Amino acid sequence: MVPIEHVIALSAALFTIGVGGVLIRRNLIVILMSIELMLNAANVALIGFNRMWPGIEGAPRMDGQVFVLMVITVAACEVAVGLGILISMFRNRDSVNIDEVNLLKW
Amino acid sequence: MTAVILGVVVGAFAPVITWIERKQSAVMQDRIGANRADIGGITILGLLHPLADVIKLLSKEDVVPTGANRVLHLIAPVIAAVPAIIAYGVIPFGSTYVFGGETISLVVANPDWGFLYIFVIGSIATYGTVIAGWASNNNWSLLGSLRASAQMISYEVTMGLSVVGCFLVYETLKLTDMAMAQDTTFRVFGFVEVLFGGELPWWVSQFAVLPQWGIFLQPLGFLMFLTCIMAENKRPPFDLPESESELVAGYFTEYSGMRFGLFFMSEFIEVVVIAGLITTVFLGGWAVPFLSQEWIVDRVGNGFGAFAGFGDGFANGFCMLVHFATFLVKVVAVIWLQMALRWTLPRFRYDQVMDLCWKVMLPLSLVNIFVTAALVLLLGE
Amino acid sequence: MEISAVLFYVFAGLAVISALAMVLNVRNTVAAAMSLVVTMVSIGGIFVLLDAYLVAALQIMVYGGAIVVLFLFVVMLLNLRTDDFPPVGLRLAKLGGGLLVVVVVSAIPRLLGGVFPEIPAAPTGYGGYRALGIALYTDYVLLVEMVSLLLLAAIVGALILAKRKID
Repeated sequence: MVPIEHVIALSAALFTIGVGGVLIRRNLIVILMSIELMLNAANVALIGFNRMWPGIEGAPRMDGQVFVLMVITVAACEVAVGLGILISMFRNRDSVNIDEVNLLKW
Repeated sequence: MTAVILGVVVGAFAPVITWIERKQSAVMQDRIGANRADIGGITILGLLHPLADVIKLLSKEDVVPTGANRVLHLIAPVIAAVPAIIAYGVIPFGSTYVFGGETISLVVANPDWGFLYIFVIGSIATYGTVIAGWASNNNWSLLGSLRASAQMISYEVTMGLSVVGCFLVYETLKLTDMAMAQDTTFRVFGFVEVLFGGELPWWVSQFAVLPQWGIFLQPLGFLMFLTCIMAENKRPPFDLPESESELVAGYFTEYSGMRFGLFFMSEFIEVVVIAGLITTVFLGGWAVPFLSQEWIVDRVGNGFGAFAGFGDGFANGFCMLVHFATFLVKVVAVIWLQMALRWTLPRFRYDQVMDLCWKVMLPLSLVNIFVTAALVLLLGE
Repeated sequence: MEISAVLFYVFAGLAVISALAMVLNVRNTVAAAMSLVVTMVSIGGIFVLLDAYLVAALQIMVYGGAIVVLFLFVVMLLNLRTDDFPPVGLRLAKLGGGLLVVVVVSAIPRLLGGVFPEIPAAPTGYGGYRALGIALYTDYVLLVEMVSLLLLAAIVGALILAKRKID
């Protein structure tokens, strides 16, 4: 298997791409997808570190994987609510460009 | 070895299914059915029709509509067909047999999390439909794939929950272990003795015995799983995504030639996968009712085998053939059941499909899990 | 190089390339979503290589099977054929993003330099449903309850948001 550093590097790369997506894209759907990407990058790191300290024979430790499950659940919640907001925004504004949603901007 | 057997069986099955479907519909509608395709006057009951179909589909023009997303339009049928085919990989069509030190297991891949593999494959299969409808640049197709995506996501949830009861009962996710666990019998009223104490009359405990199959242990789970997986397959009565009276042909309206054929074939391949899966989880897999593998090997090996001078290998080989034949019989029976349902029930309305899933089956499956868990805990099987 | 390492680099490359394709595809939202599916499935493959079988299956089931299909569903529901919002001049965001990229890129070679020991062998049962279930329902049972509450809240919230008129 590869050294753990490579797993972490992959995680960092994916996270950066996700941040970049949030910063440069104006389409709310793609922004939500980029957020999913960032959560996944965190998952990769968690799984990698869990594999690094897998517990002893007879008592495997799976804390990292439990956290990943929680992250997946939170991601699902976030998508459900986020897409709900997106649909109501599309109804009111007829667009999914987040630059047009600026009523509360100072 | 096993992969080769599987390939032959699957390759032979899928075209024959189209023939079965035609004949079944003919029988149910009091017609004769497909019998015109012939080679020099020989029709073989219409079995040449699948061959004629293939020739027709291959020689048709492959149209990509204007305004369609070319790449997505071309790969969508492949995305639909590949998951259907590779889903066979984990379904066992026989037990494990010993031939003089060499062990043969009639399953291609046997991961610890076999059933999850089916769910994973099923979730990927959604994309073929969704992408096909989007890439066609056609409003009917778009509506069809909208319906398909909502329907498939919804029923996936209930499908997963409806088999959790079986996981609890068999205490495994491995499909081979599930089939193995069903190769025995159980006393139907045995739970009365455990719960209330005392003993049942001998004639009850002796004769009220059933094979320990999922359909007897999880009748509600069986019904819900059958419904959900038929909805996943998008065949009538759940064919909303392609309902021809409303949406022309739904998500594959804009497909022609062999690309249409791929959608068509993947549907029929899924019918066989479904049959294999239901057989394995609910109908005892390869197990012969009341005759366990040990019993067959023992009787054939020590009885007839010893008498005729054959070894253990003969007993195991015989048992393998019997199990394989049993599995095939059960699979064909489930395929027939699906065909009969398909030609019996009218199509649902869309809100009925959604209500059935979210308001009826989801709560029922949760209740089923709860009751099963309580019973497993109490009876401590 | 052993086969698992080769597979890891293949999956990692696929994940990064398709993630980039998702972020940089400004013409077609559906294609971007499909790139996201490729990323998710590759990450699932990496989980399998890291012996987290159950999480890998759940990753593909939840992300690939539900979340991205939901994205596609919304894209199709709103019928967003084109996506031509030009990235506008957000000076602060660009500065922050650039800074992050610089930090990460400068950290990656350091990361590749071998800070950690070798990955040890996994004990039997690692990554299986049994061990994960025991961990979930003993040590982390409170977490499970809280997350299920969160799910319930999300369901209710999504329903209210998607309703046309609240009666």
